[in-house]
Amino acid sequence: MPQLPGLLKGLGVTARTAMRTLFPKRGMRTLIPAPQQGSVTVQYPHEKEAPPDRARGVIALHEENCTACMLCSRSCPDWCIYIEGHKVKAPPRRAGGAVRSVNVVDRFDIDYALCMYCGICVEVCPFDALFWSPEYEYSEPHIADLLHDRIRLSEWMETVPEFLEYEPGSEQKVRKVPDFGTDDFAPKRQLGADDAGPARKLEADGARELASGAGS
Amino acid sequence: MTGALGLAYWAETSIKLGVALIVIPTAALMLGYLFLLKMMAFMQSRLGPQDVGPYGTLQLIADAVKFLQKEDIHPAAADRRVFRAAPVVVLASSFLLFVVLPTGPDAVVENLDTGIFYAMAVSSLSVLGVLMAGWASANKYALLGGLRAAGQLIAYELPLILAVMGVVIQADSLNLQEIVRAQAEGEIFGFGLIGNPFILTQFIGFLIFMISAQAELTQTPFDMPVAETELVGGFHVEYTGFRFLLFFMAEVATAFAFSALATVMFLGGWWIPGFDFDAPVLNVLGPVVMLVKILVVAFIIFWIRFTYPRLREDQLQKFAWKVLIPLSLANIVVTGIFKVVL
Repeated sequence: MPQLPGLLKGLGVTARTAMRTLFPKRGMRTLIPAPQQGSVTVQYPHEKEAPPDRARGVIALHEENCTACMLCSRSCPDWCIYIEGHKVKAPPRRAGGAVRSVNVVDRFDIDYALCMYCGICVEVCPFDALFWSPEYEYSEPHIADLLHDRIRLSEWMETVPEFLEYEPGSEQKVRKVPDFGTDDFAPKRQLGADDAGPARKLEADGARELASGAGS
Repeated sequence: MTGALGLAYWAETSIKLGVALIVIPTAALMLGYLFLLKMMAFMQSRLGPQDVGPYGTLQLIADAVKFLQKEDIHPAAADRRVFRAAPVVVLASSFLLFVVLPTGPDAVVENLDTGIFYAMAVSSLSVLGVLMAGWASANKYALLGGLRAAGQLIAYELPLILAVMGVVIQADSLNLQEIVRAQAEGEIFGFGLIGNPFILTQFIGFLIFMISAQAELTQTPFDMPVAETELVGGFHVEYTGFRFLLFFMAEVATAFAFSALATVMFLGGWWIPGFDFDAPVLNVLGPVVMLVKILVVAFIIFWIRFTYPRLREDQLQKFAWKVLIPLSLANIVVTGIFKVVL
């Protein structure tokens, strides 16, 4: 009967959990059952759960940054991102420069019925066009309505929280860093001479104030 | 012909029938709500149902209404008649168990002379229903579940009955009322105030009975016949709606009946210390005392259910044949020796 102490211990664990849930109060009020306070669950429709930091609720699209480069679409394991775009001629940036050609997004859909929330698209986007938002209340009666188009995805942008500093020592994987200048959050890829070109181009495109300190 | 209450046979029968029809669903609902929903939730640091009725008390009734609305689906290859009969057989087995349970000097549906024998025989009827369900569903998971149930219930029927034997030897009777009387009029070394509940003298028997009952009820850790993670529900995988509800009701009602049997045989039944055995007031107080004791025993059954993980099939059989049966045989021998010597 070597298992007996363990079996009794198990019974004790469940009994203790039940008692803690049912009678969470201490002192004189111990005998008042208050499972509402004792349980660890959230009564969801009645009270909303606060999502944890960097929760993966829904993916938001910052449309101005998107160049329809298709990297996210091609890296998606579920193939749930649909992108169409076309090139338009844009006036040269400097007087006397060449006429530029710019990609315009016509369609950017994410099918949340397929999405598995891996976040590869957010990680892979080189232009900071995709962000995680912690919102999770977007269920639909019809499965087709889970296909969010670029307008809906852009609306999620309002819910994207401010960038939260990584915990010290955590490996920095996602290049979603507002300031590349500080050493702590420098991207793993060394922004050397070779990379200065694209970095400058980003700056020149005015996509975002990304690379202000990157080359230095 | 008049019964114990002095009424005509038909009147008494209809009263008993009405009481039984109220008692059994109420028992199932009570156990289901108290233990299956609430206690399980608390043991997992949850709240359980909250929205239907105060503290979710009407949740099971809402569930029953939901089940009644569901479509009655038969698998195409199913043996339709057997498929339909199976849940009724299982439920009938647990209904028949309630017939002999005494709750007072006269408050018993039928005071059979071979009450405990009848209860054991009737409780094993449910195996038939489970096998019928498993076979008629034309589903390999259901068939595996049915066969597992058959193997398990046969293996655990033996220690169950052998554990009861010790009580029968000590009480000198197969009649459940007489077993209660033997406990009420017994004495512990000359101290007769609380009688002699057989849990004191038959503690091994009580343990074996509870473990075997756990297996007989297919409650975890002996729930291989319905193992959700392996057999996706076992023998009732193909059942929907009302037929599933019958299986569910039978499971909980049988748990109630087995708790009542354990109460009658080991915990002194409905008798209250200090009262005459035949005091008429016990017809009212007895059921209350019974209910409290039943809830305590059922609490243990469900406590074990919510604590332990499932055993493996070979561990289950090994435990029955190599541990429980030899132990219960030894218990009978020791009880017999004491009976003869003392």
